Amino acid sequence: MIRSIRILRQHGVQYVPNLRTAELNPLFRGRPVIKGEVPAELATHLAKMCPSEAIEIAPFSIDLGKCVFCRECEFAAPENIRFTNDWHMATNNRENLIVKADHDNPVIPDPDLVRKEIRNLFRRSLKLRQVSAGGDASNEMELNAAGNVNFDMGRYGIEFVASPRHADGVVITGPITENMAEALQICFDATPKPSLVILCGTDAISGGLFQESNAVKRSFLIRHPIDLYVPGNPVHPLTFINGVLDLIGRK
Amino acid sequence: MPMQVYSYIEILPAGAPVNLTAIPVLNYHDFSNQMAGLMHNETVHCVLYYAFPFNNGLKFIAVLADDASGKFLVFSHEPENSTDTLTSLTPQMPALHLFEREIHENFGIGFEHHPWLKPVRFPADRFRKDQGMNDYPFYRIDSEELHEVGVGPIHAGVIEPGHFRFICNGEKVLHLEIQLGYQHRGIEKLFVEAGSTLRRSVLAENIAGDTAVGHAVTHAQLTESLAGITISETLQLERAIALELERIAVHIGDTAALCTDVAYQFGQVVNESLRTTIINTTQLWCGNRFGKGLIRPGGTNYPLSAPVIESMLKTLENTGMRYRDITDNIFTAPSILIRFDGIGSVTRSQALSIGAVGMAARMTGVPRDIRATHPSGHYAEFKYEPVVENSGDVLARAMIRNLEARRSIEMVAEWASLQSSVGSQQSSVGSRQSSVFSRQEAVGSRQNSFVLAVNEGWRGEIAHAAVTGPEGEIIHYKIKDPSFHNWMALALAVRNQEISDFPVCNKSFNLSYCGHDL
Ligand code: SF4
Repeated sequence: MIRSIRILRQHGVQYVPNLRTAELNPLFRGRPVIKGEVPAELATHLAKMCPSEAIEIAPFSIDLGKCVFCRECEFAAPENIRFTNDWHMATNNRENLIVKADHDNPVIPDPDLVRKEIRNLFRRSLKLRQVSAGGDASNEMELNAAGNVNFDMGRYGIEFVASPRHADGVVITGPITENMAEALQICFDATPKPSLVILCGTDAISGGLFQESNAVKRSFLIRHPIDLYVPGNPVHPLTFINGVLDLIGRK
Repeated sequence: MPMQVYSYIEILPAGAPVNLTAIPVLNYHDFSNQMAGLMHNETVHCVLYYAFPFNNGLKFIAVLADDASGKFLVFSHEPENSTDTLTSLTPQMPALHLFEREIHENFGIGFEHHPWLKPVRFPADRFRKDQGMNDYPFYRIDSEELHEVGVGPIHAGVIEPGHFRFICNGEKVLHLEIQLGYQHRGIEKLFVEAGSTLRRSVLAENIAGDTAVGHAVTHAQLTESLAGITISETLQLERAIALELERIAVHIGDTAALCTDVAYQFGQVVNESLRTTIINTTQLWCGNRFGKGLIRPGGTNYPLSAPVIESMLKTLENTGMRYRDITDNIFTAPSILIRFDGIGSVTRSQALSIGAVGMAARMTGVPRDIRATHPSGHYAEFKYEPVVENSGDVLARAMIRNLEARRSIEMVAEWASLQSSVGSQQSSVGSRQSSVFSRQEAVGSRQNSFVLAVNEGWRGEIAHAAVTGPEGEIIHYKIKDPSFHNWMALALAVRNQEISDFPVCNKSFNLSYCGHDL
């Protein structure tokens, strides 16, 4: 009994009071900033070096939908590239994931692109079914963490549920393996419509490291509109929760 | 039986590559006898047994770990033609069942008398392209009294996919079959096609996200060995710290999950927040909560700096104390013990026969732990004593986590303070020890060689093996996550259990789907 009281006291308050303004430590690899013109030769070298084909050279850009946040390009070109600790990276506009030179603004969802019914229906309560289709478990663990005692997204009525029949959308992790493609489709079809599709993590957004693999099959994404892209390897709970809040129009 | 003269090559932990031609090629008869003869000994188990295309045919490679000598024993076989049917070794050595199934699935080689050459993961480059996930041949029992329960591939929680098929008599599980492969991403092939060390390093961190450090360290060792590079003692120590932090985080997280499955919310919530303190320490060190980006062959982008060490020591002390408290609660509460004790038992002889590794071996009194038997890097500097339990049940698996987490917290604290005395003389922000692989220098790579690296991840032994071609280029890359051996242990554990105990049994193993499916 005494021990339990001691544990409780030491446990203290774990809750992050304001998820909207929480800051991460300076080393966290969030949204990158590109400064000035990257010399052509260096740009070519970086594009070739990038393990995830996230760098385009003309004009120089980093695609957050492909980047695995290894930070190697910053180490190779510290004058030009800097990864900030800004976790604002989720958006509903694929184009906005492409970071160009001297763009230094948080990446957030565009309210004009949100389907109308989404905000009306899900603003106060959003139940999601997570489907891992080749995810490496790190994204899945971060999504679990989004609901834990620290991040507690349940305070906004956002929650993962077991049955797709109870879900307002699916959150996909992993590059979508061929062996999981059918199960994903069946799961999505079982959700009542309108149903959100959220791509969580680099693998899900573009295939990431597995873009070239013959074991992935991404045709699901051609058939269904994407409501939110959440970059990261894995995504940070703050990136996910805030992205979803912005999508459904919560303050 | 007459004394057999064995023919294999010995490789030391983190040893240099060996010429491919130095690995004895045995005919299948001798290969089989040697495998059986060596594995007859309890201290020898199979780490890897696989085939790859070689010289217009196939080459089989077997890697056994000899715990007594601390060496790996490697030998090979080249079938005359790939339509051969060989005699299966599984009836004699059940631990080989999955390795033979994998060879069969990839190349169509038949193994006569194998109990059932079922698919392993339906890889993209499988031999039988006409069959897919829906063609998996489940074991069935025809009976009016029995029923089947199918679970997955998508599970109730936010976890990876896999299919569990139970055959039950009422509430009791008679048989569980686990179909995997949903997570197959073709990652071994990407290692060959990667074209750069950096790309392989990043791939290694994504083999299994909960073991990012374990797989990345194993890949780094293999790469350094191929290039003939040795790394500093400081870097060795930092890697050991990273490996142990990963173990501590997962063990504490699993303690939380075990509490969840027996409805002990207090333990769940407290342990979840304790795990957070550890992964946030890793984030403070390298910017990623799972340690992605921390490990690079030949160097590191994130040397351990004095401020990080200071914060790490504080966290370990505080978290260590709180973890001791909460686990003392857990392991003295009758309402929890009744759900752990005697549930999901695997016997020692079962663990040995299926070739269990890591925690799944140690829970039954089999002291398999690479840190003790085949140590490399910093682990070779001292003698690690494995944590062993004997009951083989959920309680044993929970207890191993508890004891190992405590032990690792102590070890890391000791190592980190050792580092801090060195570190404080350096600048407060450690300077990068950039890897030779990232400076644009030509780095050599041993040609026509076989190279092996094995480490004890938090689940058990992780093995990577590569074969290089005439230019030193990697022509084949093999990855083994400990889950590959241990899924069978879960299937055995739930036999004759209530099906309602499946979640806690499953959690107590916490095996990797993507690590198995590759
Ligand atoms: S941080 Fe992103 S863009 Fe830069 S090299 Fe790594 S994957 Fe490429």
